[in-house]
Order: sequence, then structure tokens, then C-alpha cells
Amino acid sequence: MPALPIDEAGKYVAGAYVVFLVLILIYVAIMAAKLERMRSDLTELADIAETSKEARTDG
Amino acid sequence: MSINMPSLRVMAFATVAVLGLAFALVFFYAPNDADQGFIQKIFYVHVPIAICALIGFIVAAFHSIRHLRTGDPIHDVRSYVSIHMGVIFGTAALLTGSIWARAAWGKWWVWEEPTLVSFLIVFLLYATYYPLRYSIEDRERQARYASVFAITAGAFVPLNFIAVRLAESLVHPRVFATADGGLPPEMMLTFFVSLAGMALLFVTLVRFELAAKMTSAQISRLRRALDSEAPAASASRIAPAVPADQTA
Repeated sequence: MPALPIDEAGKYVAGAYVVFLVLILIYVAIMAAKLERMRSDLTELADIAETSKEARTDG
Repeated sequence: MSINMPSLRVMAFATVAVLGLAFALVFFYAPNDADQGFIQKIFYVHVPIAICALIGFIVAAFHSIRHLRTGDPIHDVRSYVSIHMGVIFGTAALLTGSIWARAAWGKWWVWEEPTLVSFLIVFLLYATYYPLRYSIEDRERQARYASVFAITAGAFVPLNFIAVRLAESLVHPRVFATADGGLPPEMMLTFFVSLAGMALLFVTLVRFELAAKMTSAQISRLRRALDSEAPAASASRIAPAVPADQTA
């Protein structure tokens, strides 16, 4: 198998490493979106907890 | 397995450090391959990814056996996450392998090559894991069937290795235990550092996803406690049920 010249081989090597990094970035972005949803859920639950605590204090 | 954030943080830093070292070794230490030239550098990312994906599938089968034996849903969650990560790494292995094949053979895919085809079969087998889970409503039955699937599919992973070794067509390069003596020490060191980095990345991402699932389960539990009329829709029927008493 004859070796490709470095300028041509470089494109493929860069492509392989970029594909790897892009897949990791996509995964991290999806997980970040999930964590953001959890954060908003927690904020909502904290509001519910505070409201019910105030209602109990008033009652 | 307790998943605590400090250890996850340490693992994340270790992953970045080892992968950074691996990439530095790949481009500044390991010599160019005499036969393939510069494209052999793809090997240091492609092979460790493929190994991690296949080991992830075996780990999933191990957790599934534990799930069937104990009935503890945490093992089902671990199996699910291991397969999930294995499929992601498998996708990366197929894509980077295709890029290498294009550079080395002039084709994106070679159907005559048993290494490629057997890996694709294993990958597609695991890709059917999700529709299997999605198609079952009942959580317990879903977990049980998924475990049986993971064990059955896990048996194909060693068969994949054996089939590759027994195959006569040797277009795909062999690295270890070849008649020519395998890799020179510089390449071997670089390869093992890359493998360690990729394994760390795999384990860190598995633990990260497990921590996210545990946290999500705790939020659902908190929601149920605060508002008994809150719909159960917050818990996905797709994702495995995470036991509420497991701490994240």
C-alpha cells in the first residue's frame, strides 16, 4: 500500500480527529440541554415548595 | 456504585490530561508508519474507540446478568448507559474507520473485509436495542427483555473478535501478535496512552450520564412528594426506571 503524501493524508487524519471531537461535542451539548431542563424543573419545584410553605404558615 | 460529583470532576480532568498527552504523543512522538505514512495516525483514535465500544457492550451484558439475578433496577440503568455509550463510540469507530479506509484503500467501505462487516453487524444489533425498549410499555418487562437482549447481543462481541482472527482476508491491518512482530515501542506506548485516554473518556461519560439519570429520578421523586397530582409524564417511558433510593 503506497503511503499518501502528507498534504493529502493530513486532510484525512484531521477529518478523523474532527469527527471524534464533533461527536463528543454533540453528546456534551445534548447533556447540557438535559441538565438545563433539570435546572428549570428544580426551580419550579422550589417555587412549589415555597408556595406550599407560605400557605401552611398563613393557614 | 456511588456516583459522587468530586470523583466525576477528577475523572473529567484526568480524561482531558491523558487524552491531551495521547494526542501530543500521536503527533510529536510516534514516528510515521513506514508502510501507511501519515494516515496511520488515525489508528490511534479509531482502534481505542472501537475497543472501548466493544468492551462497553460486554460490560452492559455483565450488568444485565446482575439485573436478572438480583432484580435491582440500578443494574438495568447501568446496562442501558453502557450500551448507549457503546453505540456512540461505535458510531465514532465506524466514521473514523471509513475515513481511514478512504485514505488507505480509496473506498469508504469494503464489504469483503470481515473486520468491518462483523463490527457493523454488532453495531446494528445494538442499534435495535432502543426500538426494543421503546416498544414495551411495562417498565419491569421492558427492563427484563432489555437485559436478555443485552446478554444475547453481548455473546456476539467475543465472536466478533474470533471471526476477525479466523478470517483469511487480512486487508484490515493487524497490530498485535503479527508475524512481523507488531508495533515498535514508540507506537506501542502512544497506542496504550490513547487507549487509556479513550477508556477514561468512556467511563467518565458513563458516570456523567448515570449521575444525570439519578438526579432526574430524584427530581421526579421530589415532584411526586410536592404535588401528588403532578402527572407521571416527567418520567420517560423510554429511559430505564432509576430506583429513587439510589443517591447520585
